Amino acid sequence: MLFLIIKRIFLGLITLFIVSLITFIGTEVLPGDACTTYLEREAYGAALEACYKRLGLDIPAYERYLSWAYNVIQGDFGYSLSGQMPINEVLGPRIKNSMVLASAAIIIGIPLALILGIITALWRDKLPDITISTITIFAMTIPEFISATLLILIVAIWLQWLPGIVIVPTDVTFFELLPNIILPVIAIAMIMTAHMARMVRSSVIQVMATDYVQMAILKGVPYWQMVFKHVLPNALLPAINVVALTIAWLLGGVVVTEVVFNYPGLGRLVIESISNRDLPTVQALAIILASIYVSINLIADLMTLMLNPRLKSLQIRK
Amino acid sequence: MENIIHSVKNLSIGFRSKKNDEISILRNVTTNIKKGETVGIVGESGSGKSTLALAMMGYVKQGLYTIEGECLFESSNLLKMKNKDLEQIRGRKIAMIPQNAGQSLTPNLKIGYQIDEALRLHTKFNKNERDKKISELLNKVRLPSPETMAFRYPHELSGGQQQRVAVAMALAGKPDLLLLDEPTTGLDVTTQAHVLELLKFIAKDTGTSMVYVSHDLGAIAQVSDRIIVMYAGEIVLEGPARSILKSPIHPYTYGLLKSIPKLSLSGLPDSMPGSQPQPGNIGIGCSFYDRCKIAEDKCKKNSPSLEHILELQTSVRCFNYKNLKKFNDKINSITQKKNISKGVNEILNLTDVSISYAKQKILDQILNKITDTNPTVKDINIEIKKGETIALVGESGSGKSTILKSIAGLLKIKDGKIKFENDRVLSSDLKKRDSNDLRAIQLIFQNPDESLNPNHTVEQILSQPLKLYFSLTGNELKKKVAELLNKVRLGEFYMTRYPRQLSGGEKQRVAVARAFAAKPDIILCDEVTSALDVSVQAAVLNLLQTLKEDFGTTYIFVSHDLAVVRAISDRVAVLYQGRLCEIGPSKNVYQFPSHPYTEVLLGAVLEPDPDIKPKLVAKDIVEEKPPEKGCCFQGRCPRILGDKCKNETPPWQIGDDGNAIRCHISVEDLKKNQIKK
Repeated sequence: MLFLIIKRIFLGLITLFIVSLITFIGTEVLPGDACTTYLEREAYGAALEACYKRLGLDIPAYERYLSWAYNVIQGDFGYSLSGQMPINEVLGPRIKNSMVLASAAIIIGIPLALILGIITALWRDKLPDITISTITIFAMTIPEFISATLLILIVAIWLQWLPGIVIVPTDVTFFELLPNIILPVIAIAMIMTAHMARMVRSSVIQVMATDYVQMAILKGVPYWQMVFKHVLPNALLPAINVVALTIAWLLGGVVVTEVVFNYPGLGRLVIESISNRDLPTVQALAIILASIYVSINLIADLMTLMLNPRLKSLQIRK
Repeated sequence: MENIIHSVKNLSIGFRSKKNDEISILRNVTTNIKKGETVGIVGESGSGKSTLALAMMGYVKQGLYTIEGECLFESSNLLKMKNKDLEQIRGRKIAMIPQNAGQSLTPNLKIGYQIDEALRLHTKFNKNERDKKISELLNKVRLPSPETMAFRYPHELSGGQQQRVAVAMALAGKPDLLLLDEPTTGLDVTTQAHVLELLKFIAKDTGTSMVYVSHDLGAIAQVSDRIIVMYAGEIVLEGPARSILKSPIHPYTYGLLKSIPKLSLSGLPDSMPGSQPQPGNIGIGCSFYDRCKIAEDKCKKNSPSLEHILELQTSVRCFNYKNLKKFNDKINSITQKKNISKGVNEILNLTDVSISYAKQKILDQILNKITDTNPTVKDINIEIKKGETIALVGESGSGKSTILKSIAGLLKIKDGKIKFENDRVLSSDLKKRDSNDLRAIQLIFQNPDESLNPNHTVEQILSQPLKLYFSLTGNELKKKVAELLNKVRLGEFYMTRYPRQLSGGEKQRVAVARAFAAKPDIILCDEVTSALDVSVQAAVLNLLQTLKEDFGTTYIFVSHDLAVVRAISDRVAVLYQGRLCEIGPSKNVYQFPSHPYTEVLLGAVLEPDPDIKPKLVAKDIVEEKPPEKGCCFQGRCPRILGDKCKNETPPWQIGDDGNAIRCHISVEDLKKNQIKK
């Protein structure tokens, strides 16, 4: 078991290394760089050269990569090219904001998805299922930029209940932020909940049709005991990985939603730093997003392993 | 009648088709189960036997509904009962032992919990008493070390052990009636015999009534007092077990018994033509009319009713049952297969073949070190002559399919050689074989549902090998496909059909035709009849035999069913744990003296005759790995000699009759001990 965790962490680190290489090469081969973007029309001659020197862009690419990697291992992502401030300082509040948005969506969305999924499966083809399923399919098919725009139009502009666009400094406190996140959370949770509820539904239906559930019924197990003991543990196991991917997706910044609501999270930072050719920030973001994906997937796999006796004993035997 | 515990009255169960027609699966079934009695319900797949068993618990599968009739238990109709009340009966008064216990035990719950659940629901014991009861139950079903067994998960047990857990679970509520739905299907022969023996013991010990549902007349014969035969959703024959099996008075039962291959007789069983009508396709006449040998005109227009014959205590649904009596003395006769002259030429030769599933570690691969000293299959030496049928038999894990796969080139061999025609070494890598070698060896798989592409028509399926090996096109191709279909007794009109439009037997015929399309020299048959119903199995066996007589093909036939092997093969090789135990002409292998493992296998075969009891001589345990040294069967051998068997690999002893046995005990001693019994 321990060996497995170590092996997975090692593989995760390799993934991160490859991700950093790819982003580095990617930003390197694209035409233009931070200085041409920053200086715009004055990007020639002495000014450009001075800029290169200042930002350390005059040394060869591989040397830059190595010194950058060395610093990252020590927890320092270097300086942002556009904002001219330490990336750690830029990232800190952004991560916090994204976490707030993601946690709110997770806290509301995941339990809701589970409940809706289970209800639709247990009352399959009956009224609750037909109503909820219609709504979820509807919510699933509307792209988030449309639902977000509609929400702004209805709630913020017509009803004027909530601010439509988040106009706050990046480093606001949690409570100042709270009223601003309601609309983005709804927009994200809608699509996420719909997807997950559908998945939970089909998984529960599949388990309900198994021989062991029929056996439990024939054993005289009361309905709800059967549902909680025999059906749900087996039906929700495959859901763990989907939940994990959703969480990773949320933490990584929901780019479109953040842009529509002007939300100061990681997603918007990604767009901003790419358009600014802010190579160090892009690299830092890639590393952070990749580590979020890697670690959440690792946690999900370990959880599945712990909860599924079949996999557990297989691993131990190996 | 005081001692009736469950009665089914005029029960019909069915479903609505897409056109909103009512289609019945069960039609007007009426029967009573008496206290302490074991009733066997027998029928082929689709006869409605499982639907009947489930209905007896008040359970109707999703999509089905009760059309009319009732299931009376303690004078209340279970089919109209509320779920809450049913929970009080299920598991407590009536318990079910399911087919395939492996899938019927909840995978995330421990064995102990699942038994405890039944105890908690249906008894008043407290926690301590329940714990004691759990080990008592596990002990009763003869599971090893009941204390630790309770803490294991279902997947950690073998198939036989899982089935025993299901029995323990059913017994937990001390039911008055046990329903068993194919409880031994899918188990190895020896395990099956042991589980059946346990069930018989429990029936006697607890006085529980049992309803035993199975397609296997052999198993039914061993346990039942009374037998109900079902066909197309109806009871066609019902009566005392002995008279039904010895002198059946319904033509379907007669045909069914005739189509079962028997251990004591060599030769192919008779097959019944046609197949059971699908629900919804049953005409107004007798449902067996199309397949019946003694049918008359009135059978086509009128459906016979179930007639009770007092002196035989039997009910039969046939107008002409009296005419059948004169056939009955022939029930044990069997058609001998033609002795076709076998070539003397060797077609395939396996020399010292061993196959390993163990993955080599990367380091060992680089150093070219062989790590697996104890491979899954080892020391296989078999010569196969042109035109013969050789069978590989053994229980699951005996390596018989593994050997077949490596002959087909699907699995690399670790050591040894496979030589094909004139000592040419056949590469064990499929990609290195040339087109002619690929053509020469064809495979027929166990399950035609999975081996035929569902999106191809029969014509496309059969055209593929013809295009690939003979580059046929256009009319020529079409003519050849039609010819093949005729060879396997399917009409040309089958060409446009998809596999889902065919019955199980028809699908397997298409699979046979596809194999023959390549004009192969050798056909590898992997359990080709085990997914089929008995009457269909007999037809496929007969077809294989006729085709062989026409084309002179060599068959390598893998099966776990010793009676089927006896019927079709010329020579038999018995395998245990990937090692050969005995090999010889079919008639000699089935005669003593035998290798102790062959003896165990033969003893466990269930014959459809209540007078032939299985002999259980070996322990029922499952070995995960072959032993490192000594005889492969040492762990279960009833005749083990001691250290010699554990340390030395036994020698081959070849008799005058060409029968080779690999055992430390001399053939003379084996003969003395085995024949005396």
